[in-house]
Amino acid sequence: MASRKGLGGEGSAPVPHVLAVDDSSVDRAVIAGILRSSQFRVTAVDSGKRALELLGTEPNVSMIITDYWMPEMTGYELLKKVKESSRLKEIPVVIMSSENVPTRINRCLEEGAEDFLLKPVRPVDVSRLCSRVLR
Amino acid sequence: MDYTNLRRQIISMKKSLFDQGYLDEQFNQLEELQDDSSPNFVEEVVALFLKDSSRLLTNIEQALEKYPQDFYQLDSLVHQFKGSGSSIGALRMKNECSMFKAHCNDRNLEGYRTLDDSSSSIPASHSLLEQLHLIPWLTQMPPVTPEDEEGACHSEAEAGDIFSCKHKHQIKGPVST
Repeated sequence: MASRKGLGGEGSAPVPHVLAVDDSSVDRAVIAGILRSSQFRVTAVDSGKRALELLGTEPNVSMIITDYWMPEMTGYELLKKVKESSRLKEIPVVIMSSENVPTRINRCLEEGAEDFLLKPVRPVDVSRLCSRVLR
Repeated sequence: MDYTNLRRQIISMKKSLFDQGYLDEQFNQLEELQDDSSPNFVEEVVALFLKDSSRLLTNIEQALEKYPQDFYQLDSLVHQFKGSGSSIGALRMKNECSMFKAHCNDRNLEGYRTLDDSSSSIPASHSLLEQLHLIPWLTQMPPVTPEDEEGACHSEAEAGDIFSCKHKHQIKGPVST
């Protein structure tokens, strides 16, 4: 597995903390496993609401990766809330979806999403993304 | 049954799961994430999937019994099932769910049949889930060696019998170490 050893340097920068959001326990486990194998610190939550709660208390989230289709609050709605917040808007947000819907993808990118990943998410997708977003 | 023979049979089972389209490359991707820091990663993910599947199948069964049919709810449940299956590399399950979703879109489940031609309309038949219960065995196998590959060819017929669940009652699950 490719690990992002260059990100931390010789202890000069903290390990990036990625917040993963997905209502599916299987997908949470997979994305968390992929991120951990790349040496990131990961917190995985099951809803947009819990994500916002954590973002309210955790000061140093380096990236949010969220499923699009979740009950109560979609990944798009979470993206909007993050980008509308003066405190959170600089955090890169990546959307994941099992459906390749161009209008959905464009809408997310226009709202400020950093990238859009199609599920099933593969380690190489995440490595490529993180090396670009978390430089 | 000695260890070498058992190992060959399980390796053949794993090969069969790929050859017959039950598993795809995504499963290999998960195996590559398994290392010393996460030695049981695949087993843990599959366990989550099987638990999720059990819940979703129950909900799908209940939804199928409703009249009139709530196709939106059915589609949503099968969509979740498809997503989980896709994430662990359960290719055939994913495809079966896609077919079922197409029937939901057409508002017509008449004539839908599962892979094993049972009369049930539930996608991703129970026999498929039985096969996925074999996965903890597979994830505890050391990597395949060239000698294993050679031996696996000879035992594939026997593995095929096990795979077709003729001997399902003999499969007790992995031995804890």
